[in-house]
Amino acid sequence: MRRPLLALEHVEKRYDAGEISVVALREVNLAVTRGEYVAVMGASGSGKSTLMNILGCLDLPSRGKYILAGTDVRLLDDTDLAAVRNRMIGFVFQSFNLIPRTSALRNVELPMVYAGVKPRERAERARVALEMVGLANRAGHKPSELSGGQQQRVAVARAIVTDPAIVLADEPTGNLDTTSSGEMLDLLDRLHESGRTIVVITHEPDVAMRASRVVRLSDGRIVSDEYQTPRAAVRSGSV
Amino acid sequence: MNLPESTRIAVRGLSGNRLRSGLTMLGILIGVGSVIVLVAVGNGSSLAVQKQIEGLGTNTLVVFSSRGGGGRAFGGGAGGGGRATNGTQSSATQLTMKDVTALGDKTQAPDLVAIAPVITEAAVTATYAGATYTPGQFVGTNSDYLSIRNYTVAEGAAFTADDVTNRNRVALLGQTVVTNLFGSQDPIGATVQFSGIDFHVGGVLTPKGSNGQQDQDDIVITPITAVQDTLAGANAPLSQITIEARSRGVMTAAADEVTTVLLGTHHLTDATNADFQVLNQATLLSTASSTNSVFTVLLGAVAAISLLVGGIGVMNIMLVTVTERTREIGIRKAIGARRSDILGQFLVEAVLLSLLGGVLGVIGGLIGSRFRIVGVTPVVAWYSVGLAFGVAVVVGLFFGLYPANRAASMRPIEALRHE
Repeated sequence: MRRPLLALEHVEKRYDAGEISVVALREVNLAVTRGEYVAVMGASGSGKSTLMNILGCLDLPSRGKYILAGTDVRLLDDTDLAAVRNRMIGFVFQSFNLIPRTSALRNVELPMVYAGVKPRERAERARVALEMVGLANRAGHKPSELSGGQQQRVAVARAIVTDPAIVLADEPTGNLDTTSSGEMLDLLDRLHESGRTIVVITHEPDVAMRASRVVRLSDGRIVSDEYQTPRAAVRSGSV
Repeated sequence: MNLPESTRIAVRGLSGNRLRSGLTMLGILIGVGSVIVLVAVGNGSSLAVQKQIEGLGTNTLVVFSSRGGGGRAFGGGAGGGGRATNGTQSSATQLTMKDVTALGDKTQAPDLVAIAPVITEAAVTATYAGATYTPGQFVGTNSDYLSIRNYTVAEGAAFTADDVTNRNRVALLGQTVVTNLFGSQDPIGATVQFSGIDFHVGGVLTPKGSNGQQDQDDIVITPITAVQDTLAGANAPLSQITIEARSRGVMTAAADEVTTVLLGTHHLTDATNADFQVLNQATLLSTASSTNSVFTVLLGAVAAISLLVGGIGVMNIMLVTVTERTREIGIRKAIGARRSDILGQFLVEAVLLSLLGGVLGVIGGLIGSRFRIVGVTPVVAWYSVGLAFGVAVVVGLFFGLYPANRAASMRPIEALRHE
């Protein structure tokens, strides 16, 4: 087996709310290698959002280790974590999370703004990313002028523009209609085919079907971890 | 992230809420503008008083009779202040020509270079060819008065010592009097009746303008002897004695000399019982300017408080903005914004608000200072412009720091969850 791109070892996450302490994740071990397309499934309250936050370096485990591309994330301070999120992780959220009143192009440029990329190069790369998601002609539109599906594609463009190690998608189709969902999943398939590592958090079997590996969470524990043959083209019939 | 980038984001943030940004800037604008205007008013009134006193001559001493209704140092006796009407007063309490003669003694008063006795007459009506006018001041004096008071003659000629000796009824008219009586006609050589007495117009004074309180051109100057002969009466006491000292440096010595001489002529021994007052213009000037600087500081302080209030407005609006944009902050942090990036963004936004407000305030203040305010012509003090603007920017920085820090220390997951 190749050296994993990211590895969770004995990860536990507990939230202290006064007297009561809630354990959201316990004894989670997960290794993802480069190029994998992993779906994390589970009912609400199963701990999948917590897992997503930890994988995305938005939160740190209470116990255990998280090694991302050879770095133990627990040893990083706030500034370094920001840099890790900036360079290694591309987020796609359920509610799109674009900056309002800001053009699609500027939204896609944003991660590079924080990375300190020069304006000219930034615009160029953002254009390429928008082209990749099929929205080159919408570059000047503000989020409010785009449909949900288009907004989510802008978000994908923003996620991949820095060429991150993994793309983390949290219920990416949760706010989309069937047609847009299909398009979104096709887009993720294409990203996977081009060699990207993708982790999708979802509770929809339709979404999980596209992945090459499905991890099921229940009550904060991994209850199953299976490889499968992705069934992309079969469903939507288009790429 | 660099400054231009933060500025770009901040500008977008501000223009997203134009009315709110505008109102917040208005707070700073009013603060900065009022500091500039109020300090300019203080400064202007201080300069006006200074000019007024200097217009009287800075090396001038004025002697009034203490009990004769004197003390009208600035009014110039427009109301006929010098004339004793109380018959029970002894003549010794009044200033007379004897006093003037005594002051002219160079051995007793070596620092005095010119001495002018002055009788001012109230409510003298001037008539010429059907036009009538009541000059603000009607002054009977000698030929030294003009130089002591910094008057010069523009047309015609001043009256001479001979005119005084010969009791000639000549008059020098101020420009305001000329305009009111003659319009555009040439007054030189004309005969004007002052309360029925004919005077020959010998010259016109060069306009001096207003000294801030009084039109210095609304004046008629005649030989004192002619006034004693006609309007005032032969034994009329003097309203005041105007004296020019050798220089500004000897003012105190000159004042002491005057006091000593007059105590002698009035047969008094104790200076505390003096029946006259010696006013030193230089002392007046320094007293007036110190009073005025206190006044200016007070005005500035009141205005500075409004600048502080403006700063609180900035803080208030920044707190609202940070709360409103919590989710945006979460997004930015998720995609890699550092603490310092967020801090910079909101700090730049706050400073931009106060900076723009400050610039507009400076413009507003400079425009506002062009108008006369409560009778004072404001004179912009440039230090106040720099100070007000600088303080505005610092206020923005200071009051922006707390909200910006609040934004920067938000935890990304919580910020993202914010609705």
